[in-house]
Amino acid sequence: MEGNIFIDPERCLACKSCELACAVEHSQSKVLFQAIFEEPRPQPLVKVELVREAPIALERLTSPLQCRHCEDAPCIAVCPTRALEKRGIEGPVLVHEELCIGCKWCVLVCPFGVIGLRRDGKAIIKCDLCFEREGEPACVEACPTKALRFMTVAEFGRERRRKALAELQRGLVLGKEQRLWR
Amino acid sequence: MRVKDRASERSSDLASQFMLRKAEREGIETAWDRLEKQQPQCGFGQLGICCRNCNMGPCRIDPFGEGPTKGVCGATADIMVARNLLRMIAAGAAAHSDHGRDLAHTFLLVAEGKGNGYEIKDQDKMMALAAEYGIETQGRTKEEIALDLAKAIYAEFGKQEGPIQFTRRAPEKRVELWQKLGVDPRGIDREIVECMHRTHIGVDNDYTNLILHGIRTSISDGWGGSMIATDLSDVLFGTPEPVKAVANLGVLKEDEVNIVVHGHEPTLSEMIVAAASDPELVELAKKHGAEGINVVGMCCTGNEILMRHGIPIAGNFLQQELAIITGAVEAIVVDIQCIMPSLPDVAACFHTKVISTSPKAKFPGATHIEFEEARGYEIAKEIVKTAVDNFPNRSAAKVSIPDVKAECIVGFSLEAILKALGGSLDPLIEAIKSGAIKGIAGVVGCNNPKVKQDYNHVNLVKELIKNDILVVNGGCNAIACAKAGLMTLEAAEQAGEGLKGVCKKLGIPPVLHMGSCVDNSRILMALAAMAKALGVDIPDLPVAGAAPEWMSEKAVSIGTYFISSGVFTVLGTVPPVLGSANVTKLLTEGAEDVVGGKFAVETDPFKAAQLMIDHIMAKRRALGI
Repeated sequence: MEGNIFIDPERCLACKSCELACAVEHSQSKVLFQAIFEEPRPQPLVKVELVREAPIALERLTSPLQCRHCEDAPCIAVCPTRALEKRGIEGPVLVHEELCIGCKWCVLVCPFGVIGLRRDGKAIIKCDLCFEREGEPACVEACPTKALRFMTVAEFGRERRRKALAELQRGLVLGKEQRLWR
Repeated sequence: MRVKDRASERSSDLASQFMLRKAEREGIETAWDRLEKQQPQCGFGQLGICCRNCNMGPCRIDPFGEGPTKGVCGATADIMVARNLLRMIAAGAAAHSDHGRDLAHTFLLVAEGKGNGYEIKDQDKMMALAAEYGIETQGRTKEEIALDLAKAIYAEFGKQEGPIQFTRRAPEKRVELWQKLGVDPRGIDREIVECMHRTHIGVDNDYTNLILHGIRTSISDGWGGSMIATDLSDVLFGTPEPVKAVANLGVLKEDEVNIVVHGHEPTLSEMIVAAASDPELVELAKKHGAEGINVVGMCCTGNEILMRHGIPIAGNFLQQELAIITGAVEAIVVDIQCIMPSLPDVAACFHTKVISTSPKAKFPGATHIEFEEARGYEIAKEIVKTAVDNFPNRSAAKVSIPDVKAECIVGFSLEAILKALGGSLDPLIEAIKSGAIKGIAGVVGCNNPKVKQDYNHVNLVKELIKNDILVVNGGCNAIACAKAGLMTLEAAEQAGEGLKGVCKKLGIPPVLHMGSCVDNSRILMALAAMAKALGVDIPDLPVAGAAPEWMSEKAVSIGTYFISSGVFTVLGTVPPVLGSANVTKLLTEGAEDVVGGKFAVETDPFKAAQLMIDHIMAKRRALGI
């Protein structure tokens, strides 16, 4: 399923359900109550960070962030063993763990800071867009406020255009009513 | 490269800053570090719209309206927030009332002749209480009277039908209002049990009904459990009178055995203080190379021994780990409430022993020496000996006591205030009528690392006294003000001209320490006395309350009993209620129409002060003064 994860930080309440769901999805059992006992312990590939602090929750800004699956990915360019691969135009950047030597050059060049290290240090880990999962990525499914959504750029663009035009139309109607123009 | 100094951002107290730098150098984790690691904290929790009360959950409500707007059972945000708030009130009231119960038990033991080290120190107060309970005193021994009184007070906890005797100290109009609203408490334990029942899945689902019961429960705390704790502590240990003392970590001594008593019940701290002057133990200390035994207090139990004996107070809530980090503490002796479970981890970096004493409060890593009142002095000696024997284990290289402390005058029970006024409230009321004193503010509550330590406490109080508002305080706020030098006679210089004049005339500081957190009941009694003297109800008084850095559930109960008593109360940290606009509106607006008091939330202490000043001035205008 092609698509990208779109983030709306204003909807994020920092509950970290996305982190939990991601870790469970990338565990062996894929079941929360078993995943917490697995060795090695599962790791989330998305992280929630504070953007702007405020004493009242709704005025605070927090956001999840995971791999942007760049087309001209700095991590792919720098990898000495070609362990990273972009699959599909709106598909994931994947790491072939058996090729990764853990040199961490990709970690160094990623502008988003979304590449992590596997617990045993033998390979890097990053969001894989849940490419083997049926349905949406686990984080998107888990988010209770829809701060994370999965769609193509075309779909996202359409949605935003419609929203922008709805605003414009409201203005047009109001303008007509107030006789600002004929 | 200039490294940002986090210490000065975390606390406005110089002693704390000193210790935080030491903690950072030595890699010791504190509450501040743990708060940082928790960031960002969950917004559902912050808003109060997360419910774990049943296994159909856990449920969350999406405050943006797109996700679920109800829990599985159908609970809306209003219901979730109200239920969560009620459980916080229940927990806070339970803590205070259980403390009262323990004091009542000790008093009962004394009355039964099994006191063993405890005795009735304030005979007059005991007789006054007996009269209040309608106990026959003519031709009876004080032992007989004490026994009847002890049984009557002990019974308040298990009552099914009210009233709770001390609620009748409130002005008549107040009691009538509570009765009309159906919030006159029936029994101390009963109200708390009903909180838990009502918040069980499928019971009370009306947010107003839930909050009304919260009001009732809080009254059973403030005018019940807490007031019993205060009065019985006075009977057993003496009613506080003004006394000079010293506050902050600088009271720890390099050349003495340092014992910190932390927690809440004076039944323990009074015994530790007594045992520490036992000649055998002082001798033992000297044998180990110490000059003596230095007992210092922290938090509310510290306030209790501070108020009654002028025992130095080493700090407030956020300084408990920092005291250990000085490396100079042989033992920190704890009982119940506000004790961080991290203490044994911090103590493990030093020779310090964390000694737990209550069967209700155990801490992994602590040494447990269970305290029983019946053998109080004996056990206290054992505890002090453990500390004294630990002195040789102190590593001088690790010791660093900040040379920061401040003098203070404390001990302002209501009785002491009346004495200072010459025997009646009239001089105070005259001062208020003339405008020399604009009004009275009660400032209480904890520390919270979400606020720069003591910044809100001290700045709020300074603003209030600058505006001629007399401040009475307690708990960690009182400790903060003591440390900031606001409780000296000289502090009157920081007050407005009117308040300054009154303080100088009466020889009192502009900020009067009324005691521990259960001693907030002293503030209630002061309000009742003032209302009676002026012939009004409490909401008419030119008074306001504040909890500028609160964190505990006890504070939620306290805040609720203050608004239920008709006092406008400003909170300095945001409570978890904003997820329900209705509950928030009820607490910050509607409550005033119902009980005469309401909450405001203001994290900036200067703005908070202005809210309180405006409120007080409005009340003055309404009274025509």
